Amino acid sequence: MSDATLFEQVKDEANRADPYPLFARLRETPVALQSDGTYVASTHAAITSLLHDPRVSSETLPPADRPKTGNPLSDWIVKPIRDRITDAHRPFIFRDPPDHDTLRKAVMHEFTNARVQALRARSHTLVDEILTKHAGSTEFDVVDDLAYPLPVTIICEMLGVPTEDEPRFHGWATQLATALEPDTLADTEARAENSRTFETISDYMTGLIKEKRRTPKDDMLSGLAGGGVPGVPRMGDYDLIATSILMLVAGHETTVNLIANATLALMRNPEELASLRRDPGRAPRLIEEVQRYDPPVQFRTRRALADIAIAGTTIPEGADIILLLASGNRDPAVFTDPDRFDPDRGGIRHLGFGGGLHYCVGAPLARFEAEAALTALAQRLDHPRLADDPPPYRPGSALRGPKHLRLAIDGIRPS
Amino acid sequence: MTCDHLVIVGASLAGLRGAEAARQAGFAGRLTLIGDEPHRPYDRPPLSKQVLTGSVAPAATALPNLVPLAAEWHLGSGAAALDRGERVVTLQDGRRIAYDRLLIATGARPRPWPDAAQGRLAGVHTLRGREDAAALRAALAEKPARVLVIGGGFIGCEVAAACRDLGLPVTLVETGPTVLAGVLGTYLGAVVGALHEARGVDLIFDAKVEALEDDGTGRVVRARLADGRAIETDCVVVALGAVRNTEWLTGSGLAFDEGGVDCDPEGYVVDAEGRPDKAIAAAGDVARFPHPLYDGRRVALEHWGHAAAQGAHAARLLTGHGAGPYDEVPAFWSSQGGVTIKSVGLTEGADSLVIAQGDPKTGRFLALYGRAGRCIAAVSFDSVRWLPAYAEMVAVRAPFPPIRGGVDQGRLSEMAPGLAQRDET
Repeated sequence: MSDATLFEQVKDEANRADPYPLFARLRETPVALQSDGTYVASTHAAITSLLHDPRVSSETLPPADRPKTGNPLSDWIVKPIRDRITDAHRPFIFRDPPDHDTLRKAVMHEFTNARVQALRARSHTLVDEILTKHAGSTEFDVVDDLAYPLPVTIICEMLGVPTEDEPRFHGWATQLATALEPDTLADTEARAENSRTFETISDYMTGLIKEKRRTPKDDMLSGLAGGGVPGVPRMGDYDLIATSILMLVAGHETTVNLIANATLALMRNPEELASLRRDPGRAPRLIEEVQRYDPPVQFRTRRALADIAIAGTTIPEGADIILLLASGNRDPAVFTDPDRFDPDRGGIRHLGFGGGLHYCVGAPLARFEAEAALTALAQRLDHPRLADDPPPYRPGSALRGPKHLRLAIDGIRPS
Repeated sequence: MTCDHLVIVGASLAGLRGAEAARQAGFAGRLTLIGDEPHRPYDRPPLSKQVLTGSVAPAATALPNLVPLAAEWHLGSGAAALDRGERVVTLQDGRRIAYDRLLIATGARPRPWPDAAQGRLAGVHTLRGREDAAALRAALAEKPARVLVIGGGFIGCEVAAACRDLGLPVTLVETGPTVLAGVLGTYLGAVVGALHEARGVDLIFDAKVEALEDDGTGRVVRARLADGRAIETDCVVVALGAVRNTEWLTGSGLAFDEGGVDCDPEGYVVDAEGRPDKAIAAAGDVARFPHPLYDGRRVALEHWGHAAAQGAHAARLLTGHGAGPYDEVPAFWSSQGGVTIKSVGLTEGADSLVIAQGDPKTGRFLALYGRAGRCIAAVSFDSVRWLPAYAEMVAVRAPFPPIRGGVDQGRLSEMAPGLAQRDET
């Protein structure tokens, strides 16, 4: 029987820089009951099986419960209605089929090849501009200077959100992303804060969507607002708002960590940095290995809709399940020498983008943004050294990544 | 005796994957591939889909060669005879090739139209190889006034769907009560039929084409049904299933017929007395073997993934790099009319069916087939991401239905799948 507080320790900020030894201990029991009643799946086989299991639901958010205002009309009439609307129109990452499928299909339809290719070219331009702007620097914070601005600009341009409004999202997105952290869901005050943020961002998106309906542009929000996907009913306003917020938050909070985690891995493995500098064609395999070795999304929460017998235990109906993706990625049953960073390991079946129904919609964006960032960093940073190792981390354990990744450099070469 | 020379008869998917698996496993001896077509191995699934609509050229279907083979290729002249005593394969052009180990992967060919003269009429097609597809593509590009598809199996349905993609009028005639009744049963067959009907395919069921008639110059102009009805057509696709390429085994002493060559559970071919010949294995469409998941019932599967997996298995077996029964869960896919159908397991003999996820009315659902209280197959329509969960259940023969209370799950009412019941003897 393994220690039932292991997952508690994973969430503890003291272990943020290196949770992987805890994962190894968790894997001794592939599906382990924790003292708080959750079940943590940590082996590749158990996670994969649960990702595809129809008894595993993604509808894990607690019922909406807006803070009361003290005004009886708001608290007794408006609030229950709005809470019910929120519950019925969650972002599709928190929804099950059939609704999930309809919403996802509409979004996938907007990921046209032309759009993806244009954004890919745009990423390279943006990275070049950013690095050129820092040409004279002797210090470069990979997170603040590159890993954050790049994906945020890309997601805003793709959706059609004015980039000048972006500073307002920064806080909103960070706040809303805490919905993926188990402790936020358990904390009434944190949920109230999320709820207020969701209101604010909803109001903003409502205005923006109206504008897109009036004057459609060649962007994803205009496409979604206009409908017109054959075989898919036009998305209602509430779903459209929730979907656009989801994309905005996902675009803010994940690729940032991918770029930062990848840079960290390169700095810790200088021979890999050198070979990427010699051969930019190595970027894709580097990125896949980072998605395995140190993925931005470490785990996702699900809920059992029925008793599920798996790996010698039974997850009871109603229990929360943690799918510890980052641990499955280090499972020695699937990966030889799993704790070694090795971009040349063939046939990676990593769980870095999840799997099953909810497999990351933005995976192609993440891949090309990281490619643009890493190849340019390798080419242009002159003699980069890690200022702190380990770097300081942001609080989240589900979305995990450095808060800053400061590099001392001798300069930035022209492109 | 060790294997110094592995000869693979059949240069398509099973043969190629077999050759690659042998090399990957470390086989360093001579490797020879024999193919009756003049082409290097190519991929067949696009031939009934993208090639017909013109989005993929017939020549652009070459299979990627994943491993350096260092093989000798004999293409354009297939095997004509097998002498197991001498361990020699004789080719159609008379060449004799000696083997230490032999992999039989000669596949299948379309079941021809029963009247050979009618089958030779201009405008009458079958579909199996690259040339067949190129000829049919050329015919469809000429915008025939009406295409007639005879047979509502997967090839027939895919061809009819491709015709509608091209905007061509098409009639499909099927002897059974629905399309795909043999594989999916009449319940899901009707769902697929409705899809094609909605896309403008003219479907005629419980009807048999009795004769193909020409205009006196050798060009087909009409099909005559058994009930006397006539269908005016200038392009006919005969899609009546496949027969296995086994005639060349005549005189070899092996057990075979047009349904395949018989193998033991590992994949070694057996003689008429059921004794395995440990120098010869078979794989792909041509191999009929007892499947451990289905009570040892002998099956010859025509699935892409099966050809690849069994080819690799047989080659490892023959070169001493693997052993044990072949027990992969069968799986296939088809795309037609914008819908992707994917299945695991074998539906044959199913006595019960539930819609396990989704709803046929929405076009996205997963159906589960049971037999005697066990899960035997799952078929997904545009919902492939559920399939792995059910593949696990088919593999362990889980009780039917195995999951209750799942996401997007209705009442799980058990229905009759409408499949012919398997003979219990």
